[in-house]
Amino acid sequence: MRKIRKPKLAVWKFASCDGCQLSLLDCEDELLSVVNKIDIAYFLEASRNVVRGPYDISLVEGSVTTQHDAERIQNIRKISKLLITIGACATAGGIQSLRNFKDVKDFISLVYANPQYIETLDKSTPIASHVRVDYELRGCPINKRQLLEIISAYLNERKPNTPSHSVCIECKRRGTVCVMVSQGIPCLGPVTHAGCNAICPTYCRGCYGCYGPKETPNTSSLSEKFSNSGLNNDSIMRMFRTFNACAEPFRKESEAHEIEEAGSNKPEYST
Amino acid sequence: MNIVILESDHLQILLDVLRKRGYQVIGPTLGDGAIVYDGLNTTANLPIGWTDEQDGGTYRLKKRNDKALFGYNVGPHSWKKYLLPSELRLWKIKRNGNSFQIVTENEATQKFAFIGVRSCDIHAISIQDKVFMNGQYIDQHYKSQRKDTFIVAVNCGKAGGTCFCVSMNSGPRATFGFDLAMTEILEGENHYFLIETGTELGAEILREIPHKEASEKQKCAADDILKNTAEQMGRSMDTSNIKDLFYRNHEHPRWNNVAERCLTCANCTMVCPTCFCTTIEDVTDLTGEHAERWRKLDSCFTMDFSYIHGGSVRSSIKSRYRQWITHKLATWIDQFGTSGCVGCGRCITWCPVAIDITEEVDAIRKSEPVSERQTTEAVEIKGS
Ligand code: SF4
Ligand code: SF4
Ligand code: SF4
Ligand code: SF4
Repeated sequence: MRKIRKPKLAVWKFASCDGCQLSLLDCEDELLSVVNKIDIAYFLEASRNVVRGPYDISLVEGSVTTQHDAERIQNIRKISKLLITIGACATAGGIQSLRNFKDVKDFISLVYANPQYIETLDKSTPIASHVRVDYELRGCPINKRQLLEIISAYLNERKPNTPSHSVCIECKRRGTVCVMVSQGIPCLGPVTHAGCNAICPTYCRGCYGCYGPKETPNTSSLSEKFSNSGLNNDSIMRMFRTFNACAEPFRKESEAHEIEEAGSNKPEYST
Repeated sequence: MNIVILESDHLQILLDVLRKRGYQVIGPTLGDGAIVYDGLNTTANLPIGWTDEQDGGTYRLKKRNDKALFGYNVGPHSWKKYLLPSELRLWKIKRNGNSFQIVTENEATQKFAFIGVRSCDIHAISIQDKVFMNGQYIDQHYKSQRKDTFIVAVNCGKAGGTCFCVSMNSGPRATFGFDLAMTEILEGENHYFLIETGTELGAEILREIPHKEASEKQKCAADDILKNTAEQMGRSMDTSNIKDLFYRNHEHPRWNNVAERCLTCANCTMVCPTCFCTTIEDVTDLTGEHAERWRKLDSCFTMDFSYIHGGSVRSSIKSRYRQWITHKLATWIDQFGTSGCVGCGRCITWCPVAIDITEEVDAIRKSEPVSERQTTEAVEIKGS
C-alpha cells in the first residue's frame, strides 16, 4: 500500500516579492493533482486556513533581513522534516542583498520618511546562513515545472532532476543560436545554473543570471571575454550584481570589478 | 563517374520529388543570427545570397554579392539534431493495478532527406553510425532513423574561418556516404549544379528531375573550385602521431593554462557533430500512475557526467577539458578506429571564449623538446 496520510506542506515567506510562492498557484492545471496528494497545511498567500505543524515539507521563500525573521526561521526548521528554499532571495539573499555592499543606514534615510521606525539587519542573508537547508530551488522567480518536479520526486521517492550545469546546455538543446557568438550580446549563460530552459537567449537577450552560479563557474574568464568585447568594469560589475549578487562566486566577481570612488566609505563585506 | 547538370531553377523539383516520396526535407535556412537546419518547403527558404564569417568565438552573417544557395559553411546546428535528437522519450510506463505496462518508442516515425550536407558532416555521420550501429549494442532509434535518411551532399565552394577538414582528411569534397552530391557553379548568368550520384536510389530520384550531360570542361570546374576551397582552410592541425602526443602529455602545464579560460559551459560538445554522450532522466507525474524515461544530450564538461559514489571523478576544469580533447583526438582512435574530430570547426566558433582545438594541439606539440619530436617522426617513418 502507498502512504495513507497525505504529507503536510507549508509555505513560508521572508523578505521577498511573493513571485516564487505565486509559481505554486500558477500551477493551475496541476494544482488539483497536488492537493490530491498533499495537504497544503500552511500557505497564507492562498488560504487563511492553517493546520498546525510539524510539517513534512516546508517551502521557504525570501531572505532574512530582520532579527525577528532570524528567530522565526529557527522555529520553522524545528517543525519541518524537509526544508526547501525557493528562489534567489532564500538561496542567495536576493536583490535586497545589494545593501550588503553598502551601509544600510544610508538607504533607510533615503527611502523612509521616518527612519527611526525601521528595524533591520545590516545584511540580507540566505536561509542557509541560518539553518540547515535540505534542497535549493534556484531562480528569480523559480520555474513552476521545477517546483512540480521536486514535489513529484518527493512523492515518488526519487531524485529530482534539477541539474546544476550551465544554461548553455539548455540553450543548445533547444537549438537556440548563441547570442554572444552570433551577435556579440553579453550573456551570463556559461556561468549560470540551468533551470529556466534558456528563455532569454531564445528571445535574443543575454542571460541575466537569475538562477545564480552554476557548478564550478569560471566567472573571471567570462569577465575577461566581456572586457575584450568592450564592456567596462562598471558594466561587468553590474552584470554580476543583480538577483544573486551575494552568491559567493558572483559576489567575488563583481567586487573584482568595483572601481573605488574617491572618498567612498565602503564597509568591509563579511557574512 | 557520371556527372550531370541540374539548373538551379530545377532544384525545387528535387525537393518536390523527395516530398512526394514521403521525406521530410531538411536543409540550411536563416535562423536568428545564423544559418541553421530546419524544414525546407521551397528553395526560397535557403539562405540565398548569404554567407557566414567565422572565427574563434564569433560568427556573423554577411551578404554575398551573388545569389548563391550554398555559399557558406557549417553553422551551430549539425545533423545530429535529427539523427540524435537532444531530447528523446525512450519509453512510457503506466501502472495497472499491481503490475505495470511499458510502451517503448524505438522506431523513428519520420524519414528525413538532408539537403546540403558538407563533407565533414558526412564523415561525422559515418562516425556516429559506427558508434550507434556497429558492435554489440545497437541504438534502435538511431538505426531506424538513419536507414531511411536520404543525403544530398554539397561540396564546399569556400572554406570557413575555422574549417580544417583538409588536415583531418574529411573534405572539402564529399567522396562517400551520399545519395546525390552537388557542386554549385555560378558563372555570370549561369547558375547550375554539377550532380554526382552515390546510390541507386539517388540515380532513381535524379531520373525524375530534368538534367543534362556535363561537358568535360564543366566537369573540371568542380575540381578547380574544390582545389581553391582546400587552399582557403581557416585552420590546420598537424595530426602526425597525435594519439601518442596526448598519451605522452597527460600531465602538461598547458592543461592549467586552458583551465583558466575554459568555462565548462559545454558548448563545444553540444555543437560537435560527433559528440554522442547522453544522460537519462526518469520523470514521474504527481499521481504516481505514469512515468517516462527521457534521453538528453549530455556533456563531459558537467560535474554529473563523472559522478560516481562519493563525488565527481573530474571535478577540476583541467581534467574535463583534457578528457574532451584527449577523447576527440586520441582515445577515440583506440575505441572506434577513427579520429573523433572531422575538422568542422564548430567547437572553435561556438566556444564563447574562443578556445581552439587546433591551437591547443599546437601548443602541446611545440612545447616538446625537438629530440622527442624527432624520435616520434623516426618511429613513424620506420613504421610506415
Ligand atoms: S546564448 Fe548564452 S546561454 Fe546560450 S549558448 Fe550562448 S552563452 Fe550560452
Ligand atoms: S572549451 Fe569553450 S565551449 Fe568548451 S566547455 Fe570550455 S569554454 Fe565551453
Ligand atoms: S571537435 Fe570541433 S572541429 Fe572536431 S568535429 Fe567536433 S566540433 Fe568539429
Ligand atoms: S570543414 Fe571542410 S567540408 Fe566542412 S564546411 Fe568547412 S570546408 Fe566544408
